[in-house]
Amino acid sequence: MDPMDLATWAGGALLVVGALGALYRIVRGPSLLDRAIATDVLLVVFSGMLVLEMAVHRHTHHVVLVVLAAAVGFVGSVTVARFAEDRRPDHSLEDQARVPGTTDVPGGEEGR
Amino acid sequence: MTDTATLLDWLAAFLIVSGAFFSLVAGVGLLVLPDLLARMHAAAKPQVLGLLLMLAGLAIEWRSWVWLPVLFLAWVTQMVTAPVASHLVGRTGYRTKHARRELLHRDELAAVVRRAEPPADPGPRRAGARPRGRR
Repeated sequence: MDPMDLATWAGGALLVVGALGALYRIVRGPSLLDRAIATDVLLVVFSGMLVLEMAVHRHTHHVVLVVLAAAVGFVGSVTVARFAEDRRPDHSLEDQARVPGTTDVPGGEEGR
Repeated sequence: MTDTATLLDWLAAFLIVSGAFFSLVAGVGLLVLPDLLARMHAAAKPQVLGLLLMLAGLAIEWRSWVWLPVLFLAWVTQMVTAPVASHLVGRTGYRTKHARRELLHRDELAAVVRRAEPPADPGPRRAGARPRGRR
């Protein structure tokens, strides 16, 4: 068996499962910050897929994409974290019961 | 079968699959872990070690020294930026009560927050009332 065939199928399957887990967390939340870190994971998984494809086909077309993803991927999380705020009266976190961003609170302009 | 090229191919495949395994770890961790801080712990695994293993496998598979600095740049950039995002997300999660503090064994930030903020007022904050000493 060719080693790169094995890497394609085994590595690809592992990456896809990781991407599905991240997608589930993006869809189900429960909070904005959970979605932010899940988006980071999804970006890293995407970089891993590019690396795998470059290794299998032995070309260097996507190196710039991998470097750029590593360089600017954190901007989204930082921005979200900066402007996330607490809209709940307490921290009784019920994982599947809450949809963030549906209520408003005075003083919402301060980025807590 | 045992020549160098095949051996390097197997090594590269092993490294890439090992790196991809950390993606699986992150996906499972995001699925099953209970709160934001624990999910951040799982999410950091493919960003650092997973990416390093996959880039090492890629460098071996390319058989080229020329691209090694570029791959190293990608990894170092990820190492520099990932803690920034994690730091801000974790702090915001703590301050916005998205982290479940009852799951923590040690809460070293609690004393700082208690000192920086007036005693907890569970009611809605007044508009424009900025808590002093926010960190």
